Amino acid sequence: MSESKAAMQAFKSEVAAWMAENVPADPGFLLPLTFLEVGTEQQLDFLREWQHKLWQAGFLGMHWPTEYGGQGADSAYQFIVDKELGRHRAPIIFNTIGLNWVGPLLLDMGTEEEKSKYIKNILSAEEIWCQGFSEPDHGSDLGAVQTRAVKEGDEYVVNGSKIWTTLGNYADHMILLARTNTKTERKYDGLSFFLSPMKVAGVEAHPIRKVTGEYGFNQTFFTDARIPASCLMGEEGGGWTVAMKTLEYERGVTAGQASAYWGVAVQVDDMIDELSAIEQDGEPLLSDPIVRDDLVGFMMEAKALSLAARRMAIPALGTDYPMGLALSVKYRGTEYERRMKQYTASKQGAQSALYVGDDDAVSGGFWQRAYFSNFGATIGGGTTQVQANIVAEHVLGLPK
Amino acid sequence: MSVTPNVTMTFSEEQGMLLDVARGFVRDQAPIDVIRAQLETETGYDPVVWQSMVDMGWAGIALPDSVGGAGMGVGSAVPVFESLGGGLLGTPLLSTTLAGQLIWRAAGEGAASWLARLCSGEVGALALLDHADWGAANCGVSLGSDGCLSGRKCFVADAGVADVFVVVANDNGEPILAIVEATALSSDALSHNVVIDLTKRSANVDFTGVVPVDILRGERVVAALRDTLLLGALLTASETTGAAALCLSGITDYLKTRKQFGKLIGSYQALKHPTVDIYVGMENARSFIYHGASVVDDDPLSEDAETACRMAKVAADDVMVFAGDRSVQFHGGFGFTWDCDSTLFIRRAQWAQQMYGGAIHHRKRLAALLLDS
Repeated sequence: MSESKAAMQAFKSEVAAWMAENVPADPGFLLPLTFLEVGTEQQLDFLREWQHKLWQAGFLGMHWPTEYGGQGADSAYQFIVDKELGRHRAPIIFNTIGLNWVGPLLLDMGTEEEKSKYIKNILSAEEIWCQGFSEPDHGSDLGAVQTRAVKEGDEYVVNGSKIWTTLGNYADHMILLARTNTKTERKYDGLSFFLSPMKVAGVEAHPIRKVTGEYGFNQTFFTDARIPASCLMGEEGGGWTVAMKTLEYERGVTAGQASAYWGVAVQVDDMIDELSAIEQDGEPLLSDPIVRDDLVGFMMEAKALSLAARRMAIPALGTDYPMGLALSVKYRGTEYERRMKQYTASKQGAQSALYVGDDDAVSGGFWQRAYFSNFGATIGGGTTQVQANIVAEHVLGLPK
Repeated sequence: MSVTPNVTMTFSEEQGMLLDVARGFVRDQAPIDVIRAQLETETGYDPVVWQSMVDMGWAGIALPDSVGGAGMGVGSAVPVFESLGGGLLGTPLLSTTLAGQLIWRAAGEGAASWLARLCSGEVGALALLDHADWGAANCGVSLGSDGCLSGRKCFVADAGVADVFVVVANDNGEPILAIVEATALSSDALSHNVVIDLTKRSANVDFTGVVPVDILRGERVVAALRDTLLLGALLTASETTGAAALCLSGITDYLKTRKQFGKLIGSYQALKHPTVDIYVGMENARSFIYHGASVVDDDPLSEDAETACRMAKVAADDVMVFAGDRSVQFHGGFGFTWDCDSTLFIRRAQWAQQMYGGAIHHRKRLAALLLDS
């Protein structure tokens, strides 16, 4: 075993031992399945405390620079922590927009001042981040955003509305894409990118209830909200480039995220475990040849996704479409999970009809809730259909 | 057993060079007009091209150097077959490789003289199927007390050009492998099949009355046969994956140049999105074949290797059938003509999907392997 391998083994044991001691017990109230569903103060406080504890223990932002609160190690160490979090069925690490999008973006493109001001508090969960990209009339067509930011002295005055603002009602900051110029030839050139405060007059976040019955999304209204001009990231009119870079982090096309553990991970083995306890026609469900064949399909998809991740490290095996595997991860992975959860929720006999809150629901209605919740992944960050366009245009070179 | 943990994928510099060489060879030696020139010939391939492949050592690509092979491990055949598929280059390499594997796995260096002949470019053929069922025992040909075989084999790939046949047979119920020289066959032993894939050739072969020159028997025969069938699935999948990639580039080229209603047809999502699914399926198949290449070796195949070979075959078949089918459809009226290469792809898809067992054959066995232990 090489020295680094031995070090990683030792680290894994250290993390596992810490988790065995410190992963909080079931708090007795429903915890969100993903960062998109933090809907009560009780959940927020619990998750904030948990993330803070993990960071204090030295297990968050493993590969972020130490001067900003990271651990300055290799990204493989974060991967180990994330894996152990899953293995210990830990509560999620919820400040995802900060940890996975804003943090890597600032480290990549931010000024020294921006980095020192924001990054440590992202890790410690002292400051929560949200994202202001989508608008009620412009979801997937991000280039068309209409929220206005007009410079007046050393401030911008913001008017308009953003939607699907995850964590918006709790957030301290928003990455905001707004139009600073309505007269540009290309719509993209009129956009600017702000690291915008949420707790100022004129900004209101109204929670939106979802299919799951839970909250987490908001519609955010800006009414003559005044934000400091220093919130502008990059140049005025250069917002599109920054937004596109953000999406690369959001979609996992570019690495640098501080924790991939933003949702309760569901593996194909969990599905099989769950279904193996179910009977149909007085016999085990797993003896049904059609179900068996369906499960083989899901197992193949799961394996293909794992293999694709592995293969990305071998460029010689992807020379004809160099960015293809990375750009198709979201398209494939989120759809696979949606179908897998729907399938598991639908193979429970009469119990398929039960939902969270019913004592008779299989695993407390986990699969029903997980299926509905999964639409956050197939719609958020660019819908599956937009992802297909991206792969078609950027990987296969098909026309717009 | 859990399905995901083993994601082994190793790819050495040596294998990388092999992949480059193989792709370059197919690009230079087998452009599509060269392939088309052979579609209606008796053998289906150019002997000069085949000899070049033999000269590069590909006839023994999967065999160890102790018997004249390349000594790169059986997995190194994967990039070669993927590349051949990428040019739809039909040669007897698959038959020869698998005949070599069956002999090697059943008899090892005890059969070195046969393996040396195959490595030097003699064509080997695997006489396997008694009828259409890849899942049957296929030991119907019998060795009589007079030393003669009786019975016939169906759909023997490359039988028309084979020098040596490996015949799966039985001796009083015991599975054996009978080695038969082509020269021992009677003149009317072969009846050629009309094969759906115009780059492939096969025949039914009557072995009745033929005296084998060698008999391989013993406890290794059954495992050797099982593993050769799995390797057949993996290598067919590799060839199919290459063909699917070529088919995909044919589709995207057309979608980027053909205009209808004043627009490039590739801008229509009804064509764009299924093409993305072909791409994703092709990448999946490619991941499975290289995983397969990394977990097969000269030992009896492990459960992980079996899983990999079967998944590779399912993934490659699924994408090729879809790609070939959509290629015809997306090329419109031209797509359904003989002159459109879609013809070659849809025919390759229909041929490949049955070779070494179709998707249902493998999925049924994967279910048992992954759900019942």
